[in-house]
Amino acid sequence: MKVYAGRSGWIALAAILGFAALLGVLNLATAPTSSVHVPTYIVSLFGKYLTFAMLALAVDLVWGFAGILSLGHAAFFALGGYAMGMYLMRQIGARGVYANPTLPDFMVFLNWKELPWYWEGFNVFPFAMLMAMVVPGVLAFVFGYFTFRSRVSGVYLSIITQALTYALLLAFFRNDMGFGGNNGLTDFKDILGIPLQLDGTRVGLLIITAICLCIQLLVCRFIVLSRFGKVLIAVRDTETRTRFIGYRPEQYKLFVWTVSAIMAGVGGALYVPQVGIINPGEFAPANSIEAVIWVAVGGRGTLVGAILGAVLVNVGKTVFTGVLPELWLFALGGLFIFVTLFMPQGIMGLFAKRVRRRGEPELPAAEESAAREITG
Amino acid sequence: MKFISAFLLCCFLLAARGARAQSADEAFAALGGTSFDDIRRGVEMLSLSGSPQAINVVTALQAGNLFVRADHALFIKNADGSFSAAATGAPAPDVSADSVRAVRVNNAVRRAVDAALGSLRLFSPDPSVRMEGAQAVFISRDPAALPALDRAIAKESDSSVKTAMEQARAAAMLNSDETDETKLIAAVAAVRSRGDMEARSLLGSLSGKSPAVSAAAAAAVAAIDRSQQIWGLLQSVIYGLSLGSVLLLAATGLAITFGVMGVINMAHGEMVMIGAYVTFMTQQTIHAIAPGLQPISLLLSIPLAFVITGLVGVAVERGLIRFLYGRPLETLLATWGLSLILQQAVRSIFGPTNREVDSPAWMSGATQLGGVTLTYNRLYIIVFSLIVLFALMAALRYTPLGLRMRAVTQNRRMAAAMGIRTPWIDALTFGLGSGVAGMAGVALSQIDNVSPNLGQGYIIDSFMVVVFGGVGNLWGTAVSALTLGIVNKFLEPIAGAVLGKIVVLVLLILFIQRKPRGLFPLKGRAVEA
Repeated sequence: MKVYAGRSGWIALAAILGFAALLGVLNLATAPTSSVHVPTYIVSLFGKYLTFAMLALAVDLVWGFAGILSLGHAAFFALGGYAMGMYLMRQIGARGVYANPTLPDFMVFLNWKELPWYWEGFNVFPFAMLMAMVVPGVLAFVFGYFTFRSRVSGVYLSIITQALTYALLLAFFRNDMGFGGNNGLTDFKDILGIPLQLDGTRVGLLIITAICLCIQLLVCRFIVLSRFGKVLIAVRDTETRTRFIGYRPEQYKLFVWTVSAIMAGVGGALYVPQVGIINPGEFAPANSIEAVIWVAVGGRGTLVGAILGAVLVNVGKTVFTGVLPELWLFALGGLFIFVTLFMPQGIMGLFAKRVRRRGEPELPAAEESAAREITG
Repeated sequence: MKFISAFLLCCFLLAARGARAQSADEAFAALGGTSFDDIRRGVEMLSLSGSPQAINVVTALQAGNLFVRADHALFIKNADGSFSAAATGAPAPDVSADSVRAVRVNNAVRRAVDAALGSLRLFSPDPSVRMEGAQAVFISRDPAALPALDRAIAKESDSSVKTAMEQARAAAMLNSDETDETKLIAAVAAVRSRGDMEARSLLGSLSGKSPAVSAAAAAAVAAIDRSQQIWGLLQSVIYGLSLGSVLLLAATGLAITFGVMGVINMAHGEMVMIGAYVTFMTQQTIHAIAPGLQPISLLLSIPLAFVITGLVGVAVERGLIRFLYGRPLETLLATWGLSLILQQAVRSIFGPTNREVDSPAWMSGATQLGGVTLTYNRLYIIVFSLIVLFALMAALRYTPLGLRMRAVTQNRRMAAAMGIRTPWIDALTFGLGSGVAGMAGVALSQIDNVSPNLGQGYIIDSFMVVVFGGVGNLWGTAVSALTLGIVNKFLEPIAGAVLGKIVVLVLLILFIQRKPRGLFPLKGRAVEA
């Protein structure tokens, strides 16, 4: 196991789990008046950051190790979120405004008489969680199968991933899709019969999110450090040469692409109960591009960096939008430019030299591999 | 004999004149009556009397300016408050406002007034008024107007007005109790030749006619439906061209920066947005210092927008993009960041709300082409987008700068060896693409909200257009923009606006799988560069 985690990996795992546990203890075991008490909204806020970290990890897996810059990964995240949202909607039952035991409020409002077929089964938790992984996975598999087979790569791939999430955005805005249209799914009451508003539920969700993130990190390390991962990096750096050696780059790409979409879907599923709403805005192309910048800030192709970047940028966003809301876009835009111009290896790049001296199993940093992608 | 016949003719003419004057007198007497029935009859008689004052009197009645005195004499109130006699039109200075009361109208009178105006207008010296009169009769289908129409057709010289009158006559006849089949079938044919929805509803509502007439009417309705379908199709094509021209405008600049230079400029939409704001600023400035130039402020903003966004483009290339050549994905991220900064900067300066850009008078209005309505602003945008495209092609093809641009994009090192300063050509090329985007912003300010988010709505579409058309190919960009516009408009009635757009996006994604280099891929050496 040690070889798959590595030193930075162990530090990250310990930090994530330790911090989550600390927040939980400070929230539950201290009096609300105490100076070390952590309010529940902070717990949920960090839970949200960790789900964003899962999205960043998913982006880093495909961008950092397969050279696929996805500008539509938030679509998989949102699909996972909708699966969880549908389960939570069914959990409301007859407690909705219209007190209809099977139909969610918005369907009653739209005069729907019965549940659409694709809502069947979402009242069962395991099924809903399965769908949170299967739906993004299948979409990614189908999309990836055709795309990689016809060797669409580089910028073209980025643009069609953006078109994909844009098309989904438009689709989910439609009321007759049966996903609540513009308003999305909200007003959740409880999960597995436990009220969502309880402090204990929030802490529990944070801990579960932290554990899932750690598992995802280990899975990613396992993939990229295996023999498979070495081929993947070869594909990233010189796809044509790898193909001539006798590998099938599209199969390698398709596999990580699908795994990455599933990871993003899990992130989305954990995001929804902690934030309390899922709406089509999550499909906005801007969200996907923001996820890419988290990875770039932390360091592309470093995995731990993606988690670090996601958390740091989002903490910055929370602070900025609270204090100087009009400056946030300047800061975010500046970050995009600064990181691409001056910190191509992100924050992890700053530690790279020290790590190398200690003789760790090195993850190859991704740089200048894009040069040949210009002509598509 | 000759003398006698001349005498008889004179007598006849005099009698006719007398009869006419007499019926006008009767009409005025009836109008001065107290019951609505009298007034209605008066209007009808007046319209048939041929009195020169008739149109003024009926118009005055319609506007509520016809007054009656206790002795039943009628007066028209003029715009300045004075009165004139209704029968002669002579001024009546001795009439005061408190000695007269307005002639009352009810719905029956109003209908009579409308019909009377229709037939009275048929004799106006102004052909456009006669045309209006004919249309009014066509819509009212009042059989009472038949005699007037017959007379009007006999002396009509303008052929288009005459046709309209004949159609109106046919409509009135179909609505009368005429039973002569050949006349009725001829009337159906005349109405059918009009071919619009009004004619269709008239023919569709015929009842109680003989089988032959009903059959002719049914055939006419079917024919009108067919031609309406064709016009509808044409309308979709034209709406599609209009949407396509907007896409083309937005994408032309991108075809230079992305297509020719290979720079993924995600801030392209913001260049369009800046162009729109330049239009707004130009308009405000002209409003403040030279209001007389207002009608051409839009024209002035075209070169201004080109220069200003072009300079912004050069600055962006020198300050940001030149460090990122050969790293397209990093360029994408950095320019995305730039777009966020530009949006927020505009939002801080101009506020988040929409800004109003006026349309000059010569751009408003619409024209009717057969069954298709064309608004002028859409028409101008189609024309403008083509002008921009051809101007750009000419610039690339025939100017020294264009030659250098093509040389640098085809073989940078060879161009440099020939003494071309490639860094400057890069900056100017990027400036050119941005300037074209700015001009697109001027046009889009006429049809879209000028807000900081203006550009965002076009960026994905623009990339789609360029990729679909084939990178580096301006003709391909034009064909792809117009095709996408038309496909979109044809899908809209079938699938709805949003779903239509989704279908187009999915089709595009599938298309790129089949032909990753677009509709018209470049061939030869340019590809290897």
